[in-house]
Amino acid sequence: MVDQTIPRRNFLKGAGVAGTAVAATLSSGLAACADGQTPSAAAAKPATPPSEPLLTLTPGEAAFLSAVYDTFIPADQFSPSGTDCGLVVYIDRQLAGAWGQGARFYRMGPFLPGKPEQGYQLPLTPREYFANGIAAANAWSRKTYGTPFDQLSPADRDAALKTMDGGKAEFVDFNSKRFLETLYQSAMEGFFADPIYGGNRDKVSWKMVNYPGLPATYATKAAEYRGKKVNLSPQSIADLN
Amino acid sequence: MVTRLKETDAVVIGIGWTGSILALELAKAGLNVVGLERGAARRPDKDFATPEIRDELTYAVRQKLVQDPAVETFTMRHESGETALPIRRFGAFLPGMGLGGAGTIWNGLTWRFLPFDHQLRSRIEARYGKSAIPVDMTIADWQMSYDELEPFYERFEKLCGTSGKAGNLRGTRIDGGNIFEGPRQSDYPNRPLTQSQAGALFERAAKSLGYHPYPTPASTISAAYTNPEGAVMGACEYCGHCDRFGCAVNAKASPNASVLPILLQDRHFTLRADSFVTQIVYDKASRKATAVRYVDMNTGQEFEQPAGLIALCSYTFSNTRLMLLSGIGTPYDPQTMTGAVGKNYCYQVTAPQHLFFADEEINPFMATGAHAMNIDDFNGDNFDHEGLGFFGGALIFAGPTHGRPIMGRALPPGTPRWGRAWKQATAQWYNHSFSIHASGASYAHRGNYLDLDPTYRDRLGRPLLRMTYNFRDNDRKLSAYVAEKASGLAKAMNPTVMGPAQPRRGDFDVAPYQSTHNTGGTIMGADPKTSVVNRYLQSWDADNLFILGASVFPQNPAHPPTGAVGALAYWAAQAITTRYLKSPGKLVSA
Ligand SMILES: Cc1cc2nc3c(=O)[nH]c(=O)nc-3n(C[C@H](O)[C@H](O)[C@H](O)COP(=O)(O)OP(=O)(O)OC[C@H]3O[C@@H](n4cnc5c(N)ncnc54)[C@H](O)[C@@H]3O)c2cc1C
Repeated sequence: MVDQTIPRRNFLKGAGVAGTAVAATLSSGLAACADGQTPSAAAAKPATPPSEPLLTLTPGEAAFLSAVYDTFIPADQFSPSGTDCGLVVYIDRQLAGAWGQGARFYRMGPFLPGKPEQGYQLPLTPREYFANGIAAANAWSRKTYGTPFDQLSPADRDAALKTMDGGKAEFVDFNSKRFLETLYQSAMEGFFADPIYGGNRDKVSWKMVNYPGLPATYATKAAEYRGKKVNLSPQSIADLN
Repeated sequence: MVTRLKETDAVVIGIGWTGSILALELAKAGLNVVGLERGAARRPDKDFATPEIRDELTYAVRQKLVQDPAVETFTMRHESGETALPIRRFGAFLPGMGLGGAGTIWNGLTWRFLPFDHQLRSRIEARYGKSAIPVDMTIADWQMSYDELEPFYERFEKLCGTSGKAGNLRGTRIDGGNIFEGPRQSDYPNRPLTQSQAGALFERAAKSLGYHPYPTPASTISAAYTNPEGAVMGACEYCGHCDRFGCAVNAKASPNASVLPILLQDRHFTLRADSFVTQIVYDKASRKATAVRYVDMNTGQEFEQPAGLIALCSYTFSNTRLMLLSGIGTPYDPQTMTGAVGKNYCYQVTAPQHLFFADEEINPFMATGAHAMNIDDFNGDNFDHEGLGFFGGALIFAGPTHGRPIMGRALPPGTPRWGRAWKQATAQWYNHSFSIHASGASYAHRGNYLDLDPTYRDRLGRPLLRMTYNFRDNDRKLSAYVAEKASGLAKAMNPTVMGPAQPRRGDFDVAPYQSTHNTGGTIMGADPKTSVVNRYLQSWDADNLFILGASVFPQNPAHPPTGAVGALAYWAAQAITTRYLKSPGKLVSA
């Protein structure tokens, strides 16, 4: 059920034709999130309207990120796909929030290219950086493969990301290796962060590695469990509030 | 318009570790003290409460309790002559901001430096000859010996309730402690923490090679404790949320847990948070710092606070920057090697290596930030440097400091970065790996220094501090040598898979975290021409100005700095309260 007390933009209405397929992929995972169902059960269900419209990403951007995250984190015995774990929701919220808008980021010029060891030197906020990066990646994908990235086969998506990772993807005026790094970092954040941020739905990554989460009070357990396997069912912030 | 306030006895700039210690000592001596802190007035009960404080994304990744680079950052270049560019997001190091400073978000590793570290130049010259030290290596002796500072090291450990095991009690070597440490008058206030599985593996391997392993002196403490000031601390929960986090159970010593509960009650102390100091008003003729200017960051209003005594306690960077912005002392010039402000900026030369054990349950999440086992066998001058081509050494240690899953996942070399195989490996190795580290000394080099940037400005329009820094020949050789020793130890632990050793090879990079152990810029010395403060940390240029913190270190030894930073704070406080206040003036003539 969509919570009508909070005003929200309707994702489907704004999505247009190109976004529909993505909306369907996104929504199955999201609906499961809202229902509290297990991911595998959710994945088997037909698409239902999304419970959570996007805050800042365009449908095309969401489609791109969904395809990237599903390549990084494919569905298998450990977890549903990145998208079904909520990673697009995660990055959408992050980019719409203070961080995405440039909080805690020194943004005064002049902006010079510098050496790699001098770190990020673009004037772009994370939101702008993702927008430009996705546009550059899709342009490169069209040129190289004839279609935008999200329409590539799983094997081609993987190969394209590896080309970027290897610094071999020639984006126009954009560092493809750095962009890949940013995409990867965002996937790891979304997948492993506390579920309150929208990714890591159902604490799926914590279960995958057997990280017990919170409250993390081990004063006596530190000795008792030294060298022994710990089986605590993970708790997150929401579980303790 | 600047509002001029009523004069007070003392102003302390920055309320982190050094500022809170000094302010309490001055208040106890009856002075009215104003504490100016640029960040927020954090309160542990409200700001470090569970479960929210154990949120890796907000605190560790987004660095909520770290200095905000949008307000003030630094610029970096490798060599003079290059154009320095701003560090737009913090990575390599994370300066603190807010009540408690970096003291809120540290890991609690609480070392004393070796006696050798205190007399670095003279001990190297004595053993290896007068000409052994390269001209560009501008290392210097401290202005007090280990033995002189010993009671003050002890005071800081008692303040923190540090957990550990003595290795040298009044000259008697004790197995299981650090036998290379200088003689201590008393053991640590608390027993060592419960050992981790990684620590046990390291200990066994180190002993098998004839080394001398000992537990980290940890201010994440093993038992409930009331410190000499009356602050009450809890026992550590091994929650794995130390560095970058505030402690939810007051088990990690910090200004917030160990000093501020007392200081904030003291009627002699007034805290002004969100107060960004921009300048010390300096009267060269009378050799006095007369007032402190600051901006209220909520209103933008500018104030001038006159004071009889002023203490810079604002960490290495602001200590140096405020001296430069205020025109006190002569800026260092690397060409002519004249001037002293900004000189001898040093860092830490780290070399990690990941290890994987198929059959060991490591439980990295049951950890504290200060939970490792260590050896000093390759630290300082504990091994012969003849023919090695470098001086100094490293602390070698192993043990997880946390198991936070966004940042704490190592994988064997050759594992794909993503996809099914990556997931499989992540699930397989998360609980079966830890790292061995060699944390090396960083010795001063003529070309590494701090000054004001000609181009970039902070939010208030003042020049940023510029860092000219790179790893030098000594750093690289040292790093290669100790990384190899660490690798030998790693092999002796018999891991299933070993990641590559990673000695420092490339240039200094501002992005990956290395350590927040930044030192120098306002170094101590015997000569006003080549140093900024005397042995009591009193400015050579203004008798009523004292500078506390690692900015006074002439170079950075291998051990983490804060044990010595705390000891020096007590050392300076004693000189001020017992000598300076009785007869204000130069405490050392030169
Ligand atoms: C993540 C992390 C882990 C660490 N772990 C360890 C460890 O395990 N062991 C160890 O020895 N050391 C460690 N350190 C370093 C340790 O925190 C510092 O050595 C210590 O806090 C230094 O004390 P200080 O008083 O000099 O500076 P801080 O404690 O940082 O206090 C300085 C204060 O001055 C304020 N300030 C700065 N500029 C201004 C200005 N212009 N106006 C007003 N106020 C200002 C700052 O906001 C800050 O509150 C760690 C640091 C970090 C960040």
